[in-house]
Amino acid sequence: MGGSSPCASCKLLRRRCAKDCIFAPYFPSDDPHKFAIVHKVFGASNVSKMLQDLPVHQRADAVSSLVYEANARVRDPVYGCVGAISYLQDQVSQLQMQLAVAQTEILCIQMQQESPLQTQIPQDDKSFLLASTSNLDNISQYLNFASSGNVIQDPALKRESLWT
Amino acid sequence: MNSGRCSACRYLRRRCPPDCIFSPYFPSNNPQRFVSIHRIYGASNVAKLLQQLPTHLRAEAADSLYFEAQCRVEDPVYGCVGLIFLLQQQLHNAESQLAKTQAEIAVLKSQAQHPQTQQVEAEPEFNNFLQQQLDNAADLNFSNQGSSGFM
Repeated sequence: MGGSSPCASCKLLRRRCAKDCIFAPYFPSDDPHKFAIVHKVFGASNVSKMLQDLPVHQRADAVSSLVYEANARVRDPVYGCVGAISYLQDQVSQLQMQLAVAQTEILCIQMQQESPLQTQIPQDDKSFLLASTSNLDNISQYLNFASSGNVIQDPALKRESLWT
Repeated sequence: MNSGRCSACRYLRRRCPPDCIFSPYFPSNNPQRFVSIHRIYGASNVAKLLQQLPTHLRAEAADSLYFEAQCRVEDPVYGCVGLIFLLQQQLHNAESQLAKTQAEIAVLKSQAQHPQTQQVEAEPEFNNFLQQQLDNAADLNFSNQGSSGFM
């Protein structure tokens, strides 16, 4: 008899693991937690439908992203991944602002070096710098509800590798 | 009459009880909201998740679930994780650029403080010094930022 071990999904669902089990390539039996958390958040049948709708070569990445989202949701049941998105967007905005200020400072220094007799530009006059943060227009539409300041900030989500 | 049902109960074709867990967050005037969530999470998973939360946090949770569900509908492979990856890259690029710019400022300020010295230096030596400052700045603590990327 050559029956192979059922995958983690079929073990959890207590069913026979078919040869063409859609979960088996992505949920090996040695990592039961991976499927457990995805099942808890999305449900096995939803995951199955999602995978069936994808070409085979994209399913591994889809599973990885689902696991990531499920972990985020378990860690933060209120905001899930949205907490990380909001935090990262805020960090990027702040850095872009700092970068604009620094670039203006360079211009000021260069102008002073070239024409030391000219009136110095006030260092506090930075209102014209705010027009430089246009790169995030395409995602700002998503974040209306996360701007209240109550979004939890889980440092683990900010820098962790997406694919473990 | 069925007019009092929330969009979730209407979609599930059931009676909407007075204490329906969905009705405060899935009003009947926005049916698409529940459709997306149901497609990705399923009604019972969403109900369980909301029930586990204190009432004052459920609205935010429903909004974030809807956002993630929409991201997943639009990008079935990566969902909102694609957005996280993009932001991590933007953050890394902005940090690198800021460090380089700050190093450039330090060099220029040093040049401004010692103009006599700068005047006698040959141009290639100054360029090498500037490049070294910029290289040092680029090597600062940014080596652990990259995710492995989507494969």
